[in-house]
Amino acid sequence: MTDPHDPALAELVERVRAAQAAGTLLSIAGQGSKAFHGGPAQGEPLTTTALAGISSYEPTELVVTARSGTPLAELEAALAEKGQCLPFEPPRFGGHGTVGGMVAAGLSGPSRAAVGAVRDHVLGATLLNGRAEVLSFGGQVMKNVAGYDVARLLAGSMGVLGVILEVSLKVLPLQPASATLRFELGEAAALQQLHAWGGQPLPLNASAWWAGMLLVRLRGARAAVDAALARLGGERVDDALATPFWDGLRDQRDEFFVKAEAAVAGGGAALWRLSLPQTAAPVALPGEPLIEWAGGQRWVCTAAPAASVREAATRAGGHATLWRGGDRAAGVFAPLSTPLARVHRELKREFDPAGLFNRGRLYPDF
Amino acid sequence: MNAPTADAALRDPQAPAHGTDRARRQAEVVAALAPLLPPHALLWQREDTVPYECDGLTAYRALPLVVALPESEAQVSAVLQACHRLQVPVVARGAGTGLSGGAMPHALGVTLSLAKFNKILEVDPVSRTAVVQSGVRNLAISEAAAPHGLYYAPDPSSQIACTIGGNVAENSGGVHCLKYGLTVHNVLQVRGYSVEGEPVVFGSEALDAPGLDLLAAVVGSEGMLAVTTEVTVRLVPKPLLARCIMAGFDDVRKAGDAVAAIIAAGIIPAGLEMMDKPMTAAVEDFVHAGYDLDAAAILLCESDGTPEEVEEEIGRMVAVLQGCGATRIEVSENEAQRLKFWSGRKNAFPASGRISPDYMCMDSTIPRKRLADILIAIQGMETTYGLRCCNVFHAGDGNLHPLILFDANDPDQLHRAELFGADILETSVEMGGTVTGEHGVGVEKLASMCVQFAPAEREQMFGLKRAFDPLGLLNPGKVIPTLQRCAEYGKMHVKKGLLPFPELPRF
Repeated sequence: MTDPHDPALAELVERVRAAQAAGTLLSIAGQGSKAFHGGPAQGEPLTTTALAGISSYEPTELVVTARSGTPLAELEAALAEKGQCLPFEPPRFGGHGTVGGMVAAGLSGPSRAAVGAVRDHVLGATLLNGRAEVLSFGGQVMKNVAGYDVARLLAGSMGVLGVILEVSLKVLPLQPASATLRFELGEAAALQQLHAWGGQPLPLNASAWWAGMLLVRLRGARAAVDAALARLGGERVDDALATPFWDGLRDQRDEFFVKAEAAVAGGGAALWRLSLPQTAAPVALPGEPLIEWAGGQRWVCTAAPAASVREAATRAGGHATLWRGGDRAAGVFAPLSTPLARVHRELKREFDPAGLFNRGRLYPDF
Repeated sequence: MNAPTADAALRDPQAPAHGTDRARRQAEVVAALAPLLPPHALLWQREDTVPYECDGLTAYRALPLVVALPESEAQVSAVLQACHRLQVPVVARGAGTGLSGGAMPHALGVTLSLAKFNKILEVDPVSRTAVVQSGVRNLAISEAAAPHGLYYAPDPSSQIACTIGGNVAENSGGVHCLKYGLTVHNVLQVRGYSVEGEPVVFGSEALDAPGLDLLAAVVGSEGMLAVTTEVTVRLVPKPLLARCIMAGFDDVRKAGDAVAAIIAAGIIPAGLEMMDKPMTAAVEDFVHAGYDLDAAAILLCESDGTPEEVEEEIGRMVAVLQGCGATRIEVSENEAQRLKFWSGRKNAFPASGRISPDYMCMDSTIPRKRLADILIAIQGMETTYGLRCCNVFHAGDGNLHPLILFDANDPDQLHRAELFGADILETSVEMGGTVTGEHGVGVEKLASMCVQFAPAEREQMFGLKRAFDPLGLLNPGKVIPTLQRCAEYGKMHVKKGLLPFPELPRF
């Protein structure tokens, strides 16, 4: 299954074998664009950037297979050339990111509520586990229930189960038409409006609410977008402004995130990501939220203690992630129930018995 | 090394159970479960347990030791705790419509029927979600959502009978999943119980959950990781209009190429199905849908959305189909005609039942571009094994359902049908596909899993199982074959992934 002549792969396997023998902790990284995300890194860096390149891409199969170190920019350019895309819009922090990092972090962009997340598009993966074994799961076809879906399990695993070597992804055609509308609405009214539209067959692709303004992106067939434009009202935003806005939101460099990062750098405040049921009521936390995914993803920059942010998210039926700033050593992701925490520890032990990979990135205890 | 449990008998449901040992074990299990369940919810007399001896894969049968039909979550938990204490295997069961033997009983185990978990707890039109118990039928969800203009998208052909719990176990698809996704894409949360009887929640009411995506592991795990009692599903707005194109081709290769050409044109049809000539003849005789009986293959292509969208897309698809040499094209003019076009496809299985005493339904997936290749290969296998085969494909997904026709009363025919089936599965893996697209491995495809996965990959999957179920009590013996079983099967694992020259034809 492995190409013995691929020096980049051979080196990764050798590094893991050596780490296993010496008990060295390894910190997996691509371009390092998401180093801020998750718990603090421990151990020697293990970079995947040399294991790069698109292994196969057949537009009529709607499947692309790429090695983990492939720059996201390269992958997206190759897809765009054939009129296709990664519909879930993975963020590119600082314009960077690799295929492996995209899957390991499991982050999706503005269109997530409409089209699904990274995990929904993972079809297969090849993994280097803690025994230095190279294992392939899933495949390059749309439907596949042979064995457990280990490939999908890797999406958002933060590298704790092993080094992702290669990934097969479902891709989709670029939508022929796109348009953005702007509405002046308060938080509760904006959410209510989004839910009302959500129950109708409309080509809603993304939404963002901040500071009394709701932006909605329509994407689909020309006829569908035109019909929706005529029906929804609001003010049309020119594509020359809309495109950079949605890209800025996707890559977290628009005004909200710039201000939040400045507040975090200034000390005291932390940026939190709240993942809530879309219909959850506005959360009473100090700080103006940015709301995406029709209420499913809410960003709050606040000085409130971690415990009260987590409690607010739990009460609303969701969970909170410490995004930027704060006490990261105390845990970034929401704590797990006892049985699920046990399954996590056992999974870690089965994939990475010596606990080599990305210790503490997902949870402090492994 | 390869076994999740020390007790080999636990892993092999086919292992002969010694009569007196079995009776003693049965008495022990009945005594443990009787205080936990109402008398009518515990079956162990032969005449009561026989109806549970198989699922939709009737060629494989085993009589369960005991059948438990809990009526509350507390009872599910109590039964699991008792079974865990006694180390008795537990096989969860929904409607028993599965086609791979995933719900086939364990001869020394408890079959845990979730049939009484049949309530729709909530349909919320605002959040577009439904919370249903695991024994609720797939179609019942869409029926309950219909007054709100919503429906549950995955629609396996058995949707009138199959349960959502079974859909979660198998990651069921249907004819619309290229556009709308599989079960894994349409389920937000699964509540259930661990093998120890502890309550567990996978996923959440939000769009993601903290930690590893265990929901992704549980969906499609065939009852090997936990017992599902409640599922929260995503509902989607019903399209305003759906229309279907029926296109005939005089050559299967042209039909296969047309499938690729539609995708290449940037169209994601709501449904894209293919039937070969023998299948078309069988279903036409059954439903009289007006199919083109002269065609070597017919395609059904559906478009849904707003009327404007559908008109635009139908026009584009017709142009592509014409360009690919379709010999006959018909577009549904109304809903009745659309349903008639689909009636044959949806009745492919019963129609096969009318022309043959038995049939074996395969379920492999291949890259779309290999559709014609596999059809031609299957034609060759008909000669090799001396059996007929009708073919229906979820062509948009490359998911094949060859129906091998045989007579189970003739042991040699059954044997040849099994060899024929294994040949199709292994040829699919060689073409870059997988042994099962949506029916699951169960017991049926265990041997073929040896061809698809290397020993270390299978061992890692055993490891995943152990993380949830250290003693291997949930549905033992299914999904992942042991090293020993693969050694006995004696076929080579087909290498895949990270190929040095993936573009080269290899087989």
